[in-house]
Amino acid sequence: MKRLSRYRRHKAAGPALLIFALLAIGTTFSVASATTTAQTTTADRSALIEEGRQIFLKGCSSCHGLNSEGGAIAPSLVGVGAASVDFQVGTGRMPMADMSTQAMRKEPLYTPEETAALAAYVASLAPGPEIPTEEQLNYERDGSTAEGGELFRNNCAMCHNFAGQGGALTQGKYAPTLMGVEPKHIYEAMVTGPQSMPVFSDKTITPEEKMSIIKWIKAAEAEPNLGGASLGRVGPVTEGLLAWTLGLGVLIGVAVWLAMKAR
Amino acid sequence: MTAEARLGQVANYVDERTGAAAWMKKNLQKVFPDHWSFLLGEVALYSFIILLLSGTFLTFWFDPSQREVIYEGSYAPLEGIKMSAAYASTLHISFEVRGGLLMRQIHHWAALIFMAAIVAHLMRVFFTGAFRKPREGNWIIGVGLLTLGIVEGFLGYSLPDDLLSGTGIRIAEAIIQAIPVVGSYLAYFAFGGAFPGEAFIPRIYTVHVLLLPGAFLALITAHLMLVWYQKHTQYPGPGRTEKNVVGYPLMPVYMAKAGGFFFIVFGVIAFLSAVASINPIWLYGPYTPGQISAGSQPDWYMGWLDGLVRMAPPLESHYFGYTVSWNILIPGLIVPGILFTGMALYPFIESWITGDKREHHLLDRPRNAPNRTALGAMSITFMIVALINGGNDLIATHFDLSINQIMWGTRFGIFILPPIAFVVTKRLCLSLQRADRELVLHGRETGRLLRLPHGEFVEVHEPISPEKAYLLTSHEQAPALELPEVDGRGVKRAGAIRNKIRSRMSVAHSEAIPKVSADDLKEIEH
Repeated sequence: MKRLSRYRRHKAAGPALLIFALLAIGTTFSVASATTTAQTTTADRSALIEEGRQIFLKGCSSCHGLNSEGGAIAPSLVGVGAASVDFQVGTGRMPMADMSTQAMRKEPLYTPEETAALAAYVASLAPGPEIPTEEQLNYERDGSTAEGGELFRNNCAMCHNFAGQGGALTQGKYAPTLMGVEPKHIYEAMVTGPQSMPVFSDKTITPEEKMSIIKWIKAAEAEPNLGGASLGRVGPVTEGLLAWTLGLGVLIGVAVWLAMKAR
Repeated sequence: MTAEARLGQVANYVDERTGAAAWMKKNLQKVFPDHWSFLLGEVALYSFIILLLSGTFLTFWFDPSQREVIYEGSYAPLEGIKMSAAYASTLHISFEVRGGLLMRQIHHWAALIFMAAIVAHLMRVFFTGAFRKPREGNWIIGVGLLTLGIVEGFLGYSLPDDLLSGTGIRIAEAIIQAIPVVGSYLAYFAFGGAFPGEAFIPRIYTVHVLLLPGAFLALITAHLMLVWYQKHTQYPGPGRTEKNVVGYPLMPVYMAKAGGFFFIVFGVIAFLSAVASINPIWLYGPYTPGQISAGSQPDWYMGWLDGLVRMAPPLESHYFGYTVSWNILIPGLIVPGILFTGMALYPFIESWITGDKREHHLLDRPRNAPNRTALGAMSITFMIVALINGGNDLIATHFDLSINQIMWGTRFGIFILPPIAFVVTKRLCLSLQRADRELVLHGRETGRLLRLPHGEFVEVHEPISPEKAYLLTSHEQAPALELPEVDGRGVKRAGAIRNKIRSRMSVAHSEAIPKVSADDLKEIEH
């Protein structure tokens, strides 16, 4: 304590104290506000919906319409459900950066709280797929990796590639990579079918099977590259490139060296 | 007794029984010319040896059977999955056999480098005119080896029966089916019934490990014996003529160089196999006809074929109850057929155009055969455009392009770019000839400026060495063929159209910037 008090008249003491105080208040507030959102009541819910509506009017309505009825450039959001909003906004795809062929994944614009409010508002318009709960998403417990792999190759690999690295679709569209995607978002994508992706309803792929798929994707993500550098896990194209450059390139270099005249 | 004397005794023992000494003495002193581009074929040869050895290792555990098994090996993500014994045994080699994965990767990387070295060697032979008389036969053997290599490689990566290789077999089946009238019968014959059946993997295994390696050994032996017998070609230069070979003797120089080079080739392949994954079949999963992965490509030497099939528009005709799928038939069979036949016949086509029936042991500098060099550049451009379309989906995702744009770009590019490459290359060759002429006449530009007493500035040119001047002027510039329409007695010759084509091609082929003659040099001196 004595050591610390020596610095109490130091030039930086004031600003340091201020930063410490701000951090303490901020942390306390975020902890406190997190606990309040966790205990939502009906009254809180309508407040949340209203908050979501306000965000929607500011950020989304110019394309999706004042009443989410859709427009010339954006679809109606009536009945898309909270899961759809959580996926599109939570992965940063919405709001779109520009009107290109496909919304791409980027840093989300809205905080998780704002996203939850938006989701609550859109879900209040008409019933739709719900955001899965933590309990529902226990893929480690409910899923089977091998079965997930089989399901993945049957339903997903034709667009997302055999290792979930993504692939090309027509006209500049693409199936994105599945590496580093949150389990929640993978699940939501399957039930809502964003952009070019088809909907995999609970009848075509049951919730347990969805857990298996997620488990397999997570296993593929965590799997070390057993044969050395992965070369992107995209098949023979990069292998051919390496064979010509590093393989034959080095050998030609050696051949030049071997055929050099002794100096 | 000294070691030397002991060795002499052994040599004597062998010589007394075989009479090998004279033969050995002659052949061990055989001279080979030295140039890095002459080692490309050696890379292919050494890769082949590595392929034989690593392939033999793999056969100890590989089970070429489409019998269904349930996987119980150590790779957890596939546990309990139904698969063929071929796939399961490849997983076994990869994960349970000691050194198995490394051997698999050595085998596959060696295959890719084998094919790349063959293509590089082919380009060297083509661009230097090494295929000319008396080596036309050896050129055809080379084209045969390239073709066999493509087939052998395809069969090799089809064997593990993973999702990607099954996709490749499916396309091969489609190409067989596209043969008019007999296609479907041939496909049933090859597969022993409907696709995929249970016969194909065992059959291609026999072809892959027995028939084709045998054919390779026979053709490679013939290829090398012809090189030995006809002697190696050499680049032009002082002291090098059509009647000698300037270089180093086989023993000891080339024995050491070639022996060392084998180990370097092996080292590079082993290094690649140790650090870079190739064909990770466990990620692809077992083949079932209902599944497919995005970005399914063949190995690079088949990529151009895949690219051609991808760019073909959906054309189909029906004649007398038979379907003709032009979209597969043209890119999958007709175009490759024309390309490879044209390649095999090129030495004869060129000698027909030039009317040159003499032997050639001195190589051409590519610039001194502009038409041939341009034709080569045109073919390479064609292949690269096709190859790009073979990877169109990966190019689309990695460079933010539309797959449709790439397809349309290559559809037009395959017709437009090769002729452009031809014209540009030919002009480049002629420009280089012009530069050579300048160099001989006026010497090297030194960059030193000199001011003369009367104020004029001149750049100092340094004359080039006599060796260099010889190199730049020693080549032959044959005039175009003269094919008069009437013979000596005024009678019109037969085959007028053929002669016209021939003489036009001959004019194009003999186009050149006149090289510096002795008279030119005399004129300069005055």
